[in-house]
Amino acid sequence: MQYNWNWGVLLQEPYLGWLISGVGWTIAVASAAWVIAFTLGSVVGVARTLPNRWARGVATAYVELLRNVPLLVQLFIWYFVVPELLPDDWGRWVKRDLPLPEYTTAVIGLGFYTASRVAEQVRSGIESISRGQSMAGYASGLTTLQLYRYVLLPVAFRVIVPPLTSEFLTIFKNSSLALTIGVLELTAQSRQITEYTFQGFEAFTAATVMYVVITLTVTAGMSLVERRARIPGFIAKGG
Amino acid sequence: MIEIRDIDKWYGTTQVLRACSTSVAKGEVVVVCGPSGSGKSTLIKCVNGLEPFQNGEITVDGVPVGDRGTNLSKLRARIGMVFQNFELYPHMTVTANICLAQEKVLGRSKAEAEAKAAGLLSRVGLSEHARKHPGQLSGGQQQRVAIARALAMDPIAMLFDEPTSALDPEMINEVLEVMVELAQEGMTMMVVTHEMGFARKVADRVVFMDKGEIVEDAEKDAFFGTPRSDRAQQFLSKILHHI
Repeated sequence: MQYNWNWGVLLQEPYLGWLISGVGWTIAVASAAWVIAFTLGSVVGVARTLPNRWARGVATAYVELLRNVPLLVQLFIWYFVVPELLPDDWGRWVKRDLPLPEYTTAVIGLGFYTASRVAEQVRSGIESISRGQSMAGYASGLTTLQLYRYVLLPVAFRVIVPPLTSEFLTIFKNSSLALTIGVLELTAQSRQITEYTFQGFEAFTAATVMYVVITLTVTAGMSLVERRARIPGFIAKGG
Repeated sequence: MIEIRDIDKWYGTTQVLRACSTSVAKGEVVVVCGPSGSGKSTLIKCVNGLEPFQNGEITVDGVPVGDRGTNLSKLRARIGMVFQNFELYPHMTVTANICLAQEKVLGRSKAEAEAKAAGLLSRVGLSEHARKHPGQLSGGQQQRVAIARALAMDPIAMLFDEPTSALDPEMINEVLEVMVELAQEGMTMMVVTHEMGFARKVADRVVFMDKGEIVEDAEKDAFFGTPRSDRAQQFLSKILHHI
């Protein structure tokens, strides 16, 4: 194979700037999407465990719909289809005046999709807590809201830190799909550098290293969270 | 204080309680015993509405438990309950466990709740463990904290659901001693237990259940002296004469 290695290209302008900007967008898409995924996912996950049948039904429908359609398809639907389905005024606003349309759409698509996965983690965390805990809470006069707030969720979230870490990492990797609707994040910038310089090995190696650095940082942060939240003498019990 | 009238309960098509009726007067200690699966735990959980029932009526201090209009949270806050597996909240310290419902349900201030917790912890002999988490305590200690947590609400009655069944034998007594003391102070108590020594010592009445029915409901001395039903006799001979 004939290939002219040139690592120096990565440090030349404008390519270095592109890479840095790509990292910035990747972090911006993934972090904003994670905020949606975590908040909405927690609400939906809790709803799946409530005594109320309607709440459970709506939450189950959300999870089954969002986690069973490929993420790429969902991004296309949010970007190309949803604006057409909105009432005329809204659709026109989305197409003409929505600030950062590609970015916003990517954040919504990725956030709503990941929320369905977070919801399942939250549900399994709550269901891992024995029924006796709820009984003890109710027996002391707590309302359902108080029971979740003070008894169930603090334990459930601690239990699911490891699987939530995986979701958090996945959202960074999945954010690369945002390039398909025009967000110039890390993968898109690497591809662009390849097209301008024909130095694909270098460009994608750089992208790989950046992704690994980002995800290892997240992993380190989450294990810090895990250690901080550890309960003295507590071993999670099944059922 | 607690009136239970003709309670029927089904899980699907299986009937687990059949026309159960009994009562606990103010200051009375009633022990409920019987073989496992006899429905005694289910019955005691009906008293504060943790288990719904299909027929019959239960009133606590005149308040109907099964009524749709009853504010169950309010009623439950006045009835203390202690569970087989302690059910302390694992992420909170012992003190926080005792303070949670005091603050969130009764609206007591933090200082007030903590003072109450400190008093009760010293009463059950656990003052030095106030800052620990439940996972750092033995079973017997956890159950005593659970009793303190229930007492912190100044309950009008206490329900005990097999409070010593999950304990190692050497820890049973430390829990029973606290319960005996409570009984002697005049607390209204309904206790599901196999500890016949406890029943002999402090019970006023003993209720014997089998297959979802209350087979015998008698004064303590009558129950231990001359149980009327064969099933109660068999149960007693097995439980009192094991090696």
